[in-house]
Amino acid sequence: MLEIENLSVEVGGRRILKNINLKVESGYTNVLFGPNGAGKSALLMTIMGFSGYNIVEGNIYFKGEDITDLPLNERASKGLGIMTQRPPNMVGVKLRDLLEVTAGEKVNIDALVHELNMDSFLDRDINVGFSGGEIKRSELLQLAAQEPSLYLLDEPESGVDLVNISQIGGMIRKLLHGEMKCAGKRRKEGHSGLIITHTGQIMDYVEADKGYILCNGTIMCSGNPRELLGEIKEHGYGECIKCKVKQS
Amino acid sequence: MQSKTELKKKALNALEKRSEYGEDFDLSEFKVTSGGPEAIQNLEELDEDTKKLLLSAGIVPSGKGRLGTLLMTDNTVSHSSVTDKNIELTSTRKALQKYDWLKDYYWKIVPVDADKYTASSYLENADGYFIRAPAGKKSSIPVQTCLMLGAKNVSQTVHNIVIVEEDAQLDIITGCATKKEVEKAIHLGISEMYVKKGATLNFTMIHNWSEQIGVRPRTVVHVEEGGTFINNYICLRPVKSVQTYPTVKLEGKGAFARMNTVAVAHPGSELDLGSRVIFNSPGTKAELISRTITTGGKVIARGEMIGNADKAKGHLECHGLVLSSKGMQRAIPILEANVEDIELSHEAAVGKIAREKVEYLMARGLTEDQSVGMIIRGFLDVGIKGLPEELESDINETINKIGSSSV
Ligand SMILES: Nc1ncnc2c1ncn2[C@@H]1O[C@H](COP(=O)(O)OP(=O)(O)O)[C@@H](O)[C@H]1O
Ligand SMILES: [Mg+2]
Repeated sequence: MLEIENLSVEVGGRRILKNINLKVESGYTNVLFGPNGAGKSALLMTIMGFSGYNIVEGNIYFKGEDITDLPLNERASKGLGIMTQRPPNMVGVKLRDLLEVTAGEKVNIDALVHELNMDSFLDRDINVGFSGGEIKRSELLQLAAQEPSLYLLDEPESGVDLVNISQIGGMIRKLLHGEMKCAGKRRKEGHSGLIITHTGQIMDYVEADKGYILCNGTIMCSGNPRELLGEIKEHGYGECIKCKVKQS
Repeated sequence: MQSKTELKKKALNALEKRSEYGEDFDLSEFKVTSGGPEAIQNLEELDEDTKKLLLSAGIVPSGKGRLGTLLMTDNTVSHSSVTDKNIELTSTRKALQKYDWLKDYYWKIVPVDADKYTASSYLENADGYFIRAPAGKKSSIPVQTCLMLGAKNVSQTVHNIVIVEEDAQLDIITGCATKKEVEKAIHLGISEMYVKKGATLNFTMIHNWSEQIGVRPRTVVHVEEGGTFINNYICLRPVKSVQTYPTVKLEGKGAFARMNTVAVAHPGSELDLGSRVIFNSPGTKAELISRTITTGGKVIARGEMIGNADKAKGHLECHGLVLSSKGMQRAIPILEANVEDIELSHEAAVGKIAREKVEYLMARGLTEDQSVGMIIRGFLDVGIKGLPEELESDINETINKIGSSSV
């Protein structure tokens, strides 16, 4: 589904991602761990194609196609969808109007709106005066309408209270895995995801297949996501850096 | 009370008086027409081009969904009709003949000697529309009036008087348009509006002039206790120069005013658009919202709130988008408090559309054009209701054009 090869990225003239290699197989949900400032958000923004993230080296392949130089709307129409960490206040742009333009033909918007308790938000300007949880719900509603094949989710649990978390986590699970319980079937037929998580909380809701640890703009480690999370919880990220030093 | 001779003297003295703002026009280059077009019984019998012109200025030729219709072409009121006999709609001159009391409303709140434009309008004995909603008469269907320029080099002088009596509610749509064959002309418009106790006036003005037209409206609105005045000003088409600074005086407890300005300055256009509210009574409130775009023209967005009474509360919002480096946006908010217990605030911002916002929409699959269009549409949408479909689609078309040309 997604393959990143030897990617290096500069922001404002500063190199913040170095030689990234990362893969999300079709139907897999991979998670990305890392301390604050590691470059996790920058990586997702680069994959989506936002301006300001200058690729100085490497390539991004999506469904086998090199998308390194595609504008972001073309990436979106190929099936990439993102929930950013801090979306802008879209003054004047009503949630309803955007959904009307972006929703796929077969999408039942009303049902989604209802499921995410967004009925009273349809005629509001997107993100303007929304709480943390409301922003996430609105982003998920937009993503669900858009029906991407790869979901890029930047810390979906951050800034969200407990009630919202279960709703948001449940929705993400549904979008990624549908009703499928069997891992084999899920990987064959489910959607793919790359989820940034600081706390690992989202893993209470979705089945994560593979984990990556990003530190100082470099992938330090990858493997079983639960084991990685356990290590991080026990030793922090300091151990990863040591570990990487040992490996190289 | 000022006598006629006094007024005339003042006007004569002000004939050379330049306006404080805006390009100065030499009025001797224009001529006031008399007589002019024949009376038109039915606007649907006008030629197709003219009917289209009316529609794009928000005027429905059939008069459907309207309480009444008045058309003034150049200096002559050529049509006036009502579907509701309770509403008075006629030419200002006729009304002045009919009602002796009307002199108490005539040149009462707009000074004749404000500048050469008011002076000239007085001396030309400008005609215009007179609209009166009797006490308690509430209607949400608008009266429509159209001011059209039809002759070359014409100076259209207009004097409108609107009276909304106690507890009445009135909606007015005024559309201004220019016939194709008119290359150069000027419009001078005096409007004196009175919103009595507990009354509401919802006034929407659509400016749809053309490239070579100079426009100098002079409007003052007097709002009494508990009255509401809502003003929507829309100017999305090219025009040479508009300079206007309508002033609302809140003269009774709890009176309220909202003024929305939505405008686009095309290359060659100069828009000097202000809104002024004077809070003269306790507990009065106002909101001024200005959303302007330049695609190459010049915009000066002025907003002024003067607080003279306790518990007055007002907010002023001036947002300007710059879509071309040839364009200019200047926001000039002015707040003045003359008593202690007052709350006036403003926010002003000018600049280009944030890249982040365009990309937010692009990440959902919209093209850059579509994204910019959606943002512009939202920017200009201040929730003006009751515009005819034709005008709405015209507005959409303009917005789409602006959107794609700015990318
Ligand atoms: N627009 C920007 N300009 C300059 N530096 C930036 C910008 N965006 C991110 N950075 C820097 O890049 C690094 C990675 O940031 P980010 O990707 O947001 O980290 P994470 O999401 O892992 O917390 C940080 O040092 C951050 O300060
Ligand atoms: Mg981040």
